[in-house]
Amino acid sequence: MFHLVLVNLFRNKLRTVLTLLSVLVALFLYSSLGAILDTLQAASDSGSRERLATRHAIALTNFLPYSYKQRIAQIPGVKRVCTQVWFGARDPQDRGGFFTQFAVDNDFWPMYKKDIRIVEATKPQVALGVPAGQDPKLAAYLAERPACIVGVGLMKKKNWKLGQTIHLDGTIFPGTWDFVIRGTYDKQPGGTWDNEMLLFRQDYLVEKGLKGNELTGVFKLELNDKSQSAAIARQVDAMFENSDNATKTESEQAFGAGFVSMFGNVPFALRMIGFAVVFTILVISANTMVMSVRERTSEIGVLKTLGFSDGSIFGMIVAEAAIITTGGGLIGALLAKFGLEGKPLAFIPQMVIRWETVFTAIAIAVLLGAVSGFIPAWQASRLRIVDALRRVD
Amino acid sequence: MAWVDIRDVHKVYERDTQKVTVLDGLSLQIQEGEFVALMGPSGSGKTTLLNLIGGIDQPTSGDLVVAGTNIAALKGAQLAKWRSATIGYIFQLYNLMPVLTAQQNVELPLMLYKMSGAERKKRASFALELVGLADRSTHYPRQLSGGQEQRVAIARALVSDPKLLLADEPTGDLDRKSGEEILQLLERLNREFKKTIIMVTHDPHAAERAHRLVHLDKGVLTA
Repeated sequence: MFHLVLVNLFRNKLRTVLTLLSVLVALFLYSSLGAILDTLQAASDSGSRERLATRHAIALTNFLPYSYKQRIAQIPGVKRVCTQVWFGARDPQDRGGFFTQFAVDNDFWPMYKKDIRIVEATKPQVALGVPAGQDPKLAAYLAERPACIVGVGLMKKKNWKLGQTIHLDGTIFPGTWDFVIRGTYDKQPGGTWDNEMLLFRQDYLVEKGLKGNELTGVFKLELNDKSQSAAIARQVDAMFENSDNATKTESEQAFGAGFVSMFGNVPFALRMIGFAVVFTILVISANTMVMSVRERTSEIGVLKTLGFSDGSIFGMIVAEAAIITTGGGLIGALLAKFGLEGKPLAFIPQMVIRWETVFTAIAIAVLLGAVSGFIPAWQASRLRIVDALRRVD
Repeated sequence: MAWVDIRDVHKVYERDTQKVTVLDGLSLQIQEGEFVALMGPSGSGKTTLLNLIGGIDQPTSGDLVVAGTNIAALKGAQLAKWRSATIGYIFQLYNLMPVLTAQQNVELPLMLYKMSGAERKKRASFALELVGLADRSTHYPRQLSGGQEQRVAIARALVSDPKLLLADEPTGDLDRKSGEEILQLLERLNREFKKTIIMVTHDPHAAERAHRLVHLDKGVLTA
């Protein structure tokens, strides 16, 4: 019986291939849209619930006085505070190749040692000690203001070498920026950061980009007891409530989610586009199946005359539709998974496509086959033999 | 009791609001092993009667017993199963699957039975041999002449070894020579393999091959 299904599938090869291609493209598109959602979700999940993030209450792009750091650090329960500023420069050699850069202060390194580790570093020109709690490999970085630490993934991608001076074009902070790569880092197992960032010194940014103004973007707070996070967040915000620069404090993970929420209703729009694409292809696929079955009306009558039951006719036609849509869907979804994953998307260095998204796309393809095959299969199974044989194509 | 026992069968079609009576209280008995020709003018109900006997249409009323089964009482899958076991149907226009070879076309009815691919092939080859087309087994219908296509259709009709062969104008679309070959083949199937054959035909020459001639006009038997 399966042979009969296959033979019928290829009786009009062009139509079958075109239908399969249309399903393939639709499910590729659906998976790609799903990948964007997955990537945004992964980005929002990248923070820790155990750390707090304090930013300007009005907007993420507004700066906060660096002096807040000392005051926040004095709140009971706050173990450590560090700063991060989104830099957003571009590589003039590769303008489309986006990667993340942050200016960080020295407390960043001990705070994130569970997430990233220094892999390799240049030796300082003069043997200097490092402050307590700092990784000794950071000696050269800490001794030189334009120094930076680069993730091993980015090093490989850009083909940069340790000790190399690189030039970036500032966008938020205009001008040409020179950085000397003094170390490389990799992500720790289970860590929430990727290995494709460039991290440099906050004081370099203050000197060159902020004209000496001691400002920063976000404070990250490490706590002694994570169960106190809500109370400490309230305390931080209350401390600056009546100042010119009120703050908003939330968990690092919520902060990441908030970053994603800047996209507004884009995820909803993407889902709707995805469903619209799937629905369109459902109609096209159903129409193709109806035409295909209609052309075979008298053959269906013959099969029934030979003793094929209504159920077997129904099954064969649904199977035909399911093979086309599942085949197209499978290829489209896997193409998206292996073609897009790891590629950059806007400010996110690597696209993520979860297997759940791939399996959902494949399940949709199977369902598409069942639904698009149902109507012609039902019509064919209900067809009276005498009517089928009477019809002349 | 006759092997095909048709008693007071009516068949009425409804076309829009009109009722058209095609068979009007028809009764007919056919014995096992008989070769019967059904003749009559167009619209007399010959093909309708053949379809009723073959279980591909249902009477409006009346009893229709074929090989001991009242097929008027069978529905859906039961009727399909009965057809596959009891009936071999030969169409005027052969109705072969254009995407299947002669061998594959003949194998089609056997797909409904639990048997190995090798067994299916063996039986289909035998049926093709019987109709003299063993050397055409890999040919597609478009590569065969009309007479050859009809012989493949006959092989398909008898491959599952049904007791009753129903032929709806089997020579109607063939030239005289091919038609003669088909008639000889049907005669042989009746004589050597004891198949009961009911054949609808317009051709008096073809009807002469049958043991019995049944005339229909306006849904009733006239002779």
